Amino acid sequence: MASPTSNAAGPYAAIDLWRIADGCLVLSHRLSEWMSRAPTMEEDIALGNIALDLLGQSRGLLQVLGDEDRLAYFREPQEFRNPLICELPRGDFGFTMLRQLFVDCWLVDLWPDVAADDTVPAEVRGVAEKAVKENAYHLRHSSSWVVRLGDGTEESRRRMQEALDALWPYRGEVASDRWYARIEPVLTEATLPMPPRDAWTQRSSADGWHTEHLGYLLAEMQSLARAHPGASW
Amino acid sequence: MSAPPREQWPLWEVFLRSRNGLHHQHVGSVHAVDAEMAIENARDVYTRRGEAVSIWVVPSATIVASDPADKDELFDPALSKIYRHPTFYEVPDGVANI
Repeated sequence: MASPTSNAAGPYAAIDLWRIADGCLVLSHRLSEWMSRAPTMEEDIALGNIALDLLGQSRGLLQVLGDEDRLAYFREPQEFRNPLICELPRGDFGFTMLRQLFVDCWLVDLWPDVAADDTVPAEVRGVAEKAVKENAYHLRHSSSWVVRLGDGTEESRRRMQEALDALWPYRGEVASDRWYARIEPVLTEATLPMPPRDAWTQRSSADGWHTEHLGYLLAEMQSLARAHPGASW
Repeated sequence: MSAPPREQWPLWEVFLRSRNGLHHQHVGSVHAVDAEMAIENARDVYTRRGEAVSIWVVPSATIVASDPADKDELFDPALSKIYRHPTFYEVPDGVANI
């Protein structure tokens, strides 16, 4: 049975597809929590679009890694390999957008790597090629909101600064030199000074360690499939 | 009408050019604080099913509209000018390729 524990890296190269698949799945669920609650109707639809893009990206990988329904609905929290930042509660809109920026800056360089990696199956490269365009738009969307809110009113700036302080310790699993190079200009334009690169960071979920929040998220996400196994509609 | 209306973001009219269409057509409107956000919102709201290859947004406030009260004098006179329609004319038998 395919699972991250029995097959940590997969047979493919250096790219950890489990981390991408689970990250996209968990973040997609967090974004879906905004449905009917976003600040405007237009943004409600935008968040829904992004959530569905991420869900599609995750499904594309899970279908290659095993049985997508079993992997999404019948794994326990410690079997998930998503970056911890994806499972943090959605917070306010500013927090959601800054978290999105952190993850977008990670995926926007990761997907092209996957698309160009001929050691991964062709289906995975196909998923990646589609995802490259989707994530380019996600990054544009989250960047413009972070700049708008950071360089906005006194209250929006205060909230963005709080979000940055809260999220910075969770950058470890998504950050790299190119990640810092992408995010720094956005933060600068948003008048939010980038915290030090060598500041303390959370450990990763690679060993099954998660925040307390993932269990609650999965309880909601998995409840229907577990109450009615094999149900279809 | 007692409470003042909540402050709303400005309205923008959205025009799309479809894949096979020749010109942009009006499809609806979005709220946005500036042009950049209006384009993004229009993209998210109106192009989810591949409807467009190009988007125009125009501040609704800049559109000058005809007065509905002028409808009769503006448009009714055209109704009786049937000779303005090509179907009014009979094509002579000798004319080919029309």
